[in-house]
Amino acid sequence: MTAPAATPSRPLRLSTRSFGDRLGDLSLYGLTAGTAFGAVALVVLLVYELFDQAWPAIEKFGLGFVTSHAWDPVKTKFGALDFIWGTAYTSLLAVVLAAPLSIAIALFLSELAPRLVRDVIGALVEMLAAIPSVVIGLWGVFVLGPFLHDHLDSFLDRTLGWTPFFSGGVPATGNGLLTAVIVLTIMIIPITASISRELFLAVPDELEEGALALGLTRWEMIRGVVLPYTRGGLVAAVILGLGRAVGEAIAVTQVIGGLLGIHVSLFQSGDTLASRIAAQYQGAATNIQVAALVYLALILLLISLVTNVAAQLIVRRFEFQRTGGA
Amino acid sequence: MSRAARERYSLRPTAQLRRRKLVNHLMEAIGTIAALAAVAVLGLVVWAVAKRGAGALNRDFFTELPPTFGETGGGIANSIAGSIVIVLVATAMALPIGVLVAIYLNELAAPRIRRSIGLVLDVLNGLPSIVIGIFVFGLLVIGHGQAAWKASFALAIIMLPLVARATQEVLALVPDALREGSLALGVSRWRTTLGVVVPTALGGIFTGATLAVARAAGETAPLLFVSSVTTSQVSWDPKQALQSIPLTIFEFLESPNPEDHEKAWAAALVLMTFVLVLSLLSKAFLARSRRKLAR
Repeated sequence: MTAPAATPSRPLRLSTRSFGDRLGDLSLYGLTAGTAFGAVALVVLLVYELFDQAWPAIEKFGLGFVTSHAWDPVKTKFGALDFIWGTAYTSLLAVVLAAPLSIAIALFLSELAPRLVRDVIGALVEMLAAIPSVVIGLWGVFVLGPFLHDHLDSFLDRTLGWTPFFSGGVPATGNGLLTAVIVLTIMIIPITASISRELFLAVPDELEEGALALGLTRWEMIRGVVLPYTRGGLVAAVILGLGRAVGEAIAVTQVIGGLLGIHVSLFQSGDTLASRIAAQYQGAATNIQVAALVYLALILLLISLVTNVAAQLIVRRFEFQRTGGA
Repeated sequence: MSRAARERYSLRPTAQLRRRKLVNHLMEAIGTIAALAAVAVLGLVVWAVAKRGAGALNRDFFTELPPTFGETGGGIANSIAGSIVIVLVATAMALPIGVLVAIYLNELAAPRIRRSIGLVLDVLNGLPSIVIGIFVFGLLVIGHGQAAWKASFALAIIMLPLVARATQEVLALVPDALREGSLALGVSRWRTTLGVVVPTALGGIFTGATLAVARAAGETAPLLFVSSVTTSQVSWDPKQALQSIPLTIFEFLESPNPEDHEKAWAAALVLMTFVLVLSLLSKAFLARSRRKLAR
């Protein structure tokens, strides 16, 4: 009888990895995954901590905080409405000014400029984003504000004084909502412009060339091909700019004037959520005032979470469409 | 040829074509003007800071302490030392963690987890820095007092997504052939990652970190509540609250004393030069290392 040869006594080991390698793999995985989920936990902790610190104010003022005008530490009356208005008004105006300018800059950089010009001007526009906000604020106070006051305010008063935006006469100083809006516009433009440029550069050349080959002018090609193709991404770029404007504290604190009140006229002073928090850093004396400040920060956090997540989801959907889900 | 035919085959542009070309030129002009305007604003800011800051800039400015009340002269040596300490400690916190997060996301995580954590990082990147300052104030400062390392912690939160995203981007550029070659030789996963993938991307990682340093060095808002009640002595101790350059600018600006305004401009010049040079250098290097990897 010839039985088949017995199988070798040593069983085939599927894994020949040494103990050290398995330990190494495991610890690298554990360490990196730990830090990554730690970063997620940090964001959760951040939201929890703000709720926790704001709790005395939430308990005392409730949701009425959001719709109340007062900010009176002496009488311990606090409300956020003026700051929410200031934040919404200045940020939205800045976005309205910045969005078309940014898109125009991005179109120039991606469609119009020769390569060298594109690289140089693109780098310069990004440098504008790198300037620290405290420096922009300094410039706003000592250069932009006085310039507006001396040269532009009376002109605006004469020509546009009948509109609600420039009513109430020429202001006494250069600080106010107008300066804040311009400073914010300057700070948003590089962000929105550089994201838009990336979007425009990602439009397939065949589409653009096809449009040009049909005899369209460059602008018609942009309007008919580039802008529709990048629409979703542009919305996200603008929202990201809005998020930056909403959260800007330092530069706005320096130029906005820091007064309570809800004004439409850009000649008036105001205050935003972020700038009020920044301005109170030495003045928060009582526990309830600290809690009210954190409550402001919490509102700011919620606004920026909503805008950010929305913008990021739009960007992702846009990328998904473009790459076919790869 | 009849007149009608001549018109029909004429090479002269029709009115409609002229209008289309006009609109096109108009739009091109708007784009060009907008780009030039942005550059002009940059020029105006840089010029104003350079012109006004250069006047107060001398050796004392870097080596002397701020003058006590009523005196003149002096410098911001304490702020410079404080900024160096705060930013260095912040980098020491954010750099290793950011790189580890990026290694996980790019090398080890499942695509779905990668996308979700990537979203969290991007959202973290978009949070207002004042909110992060208030968070650290509530977490570490209330009841415990201010300290420079707590300011570093706040800056590290700002730097983390920047470092992680930049690292992830260069890791993604490391060719798969390198990973596969190493794995095919029987090298384990962790040694492949740490011995082959990360060293290949090292240049990009460091330039990404430099960019994050440039951003952190100019941040004021997170420091307000965390490291602002300071002594005017030069100190390198991260356990104390230390003065910093951005905060000095912010405080000098509110001062009624014109000499302080001059110092604010000089401090702004120092800060701006540092930040712009750093971000320019790192962008140039980043472009280079990206080209090298993409080959």
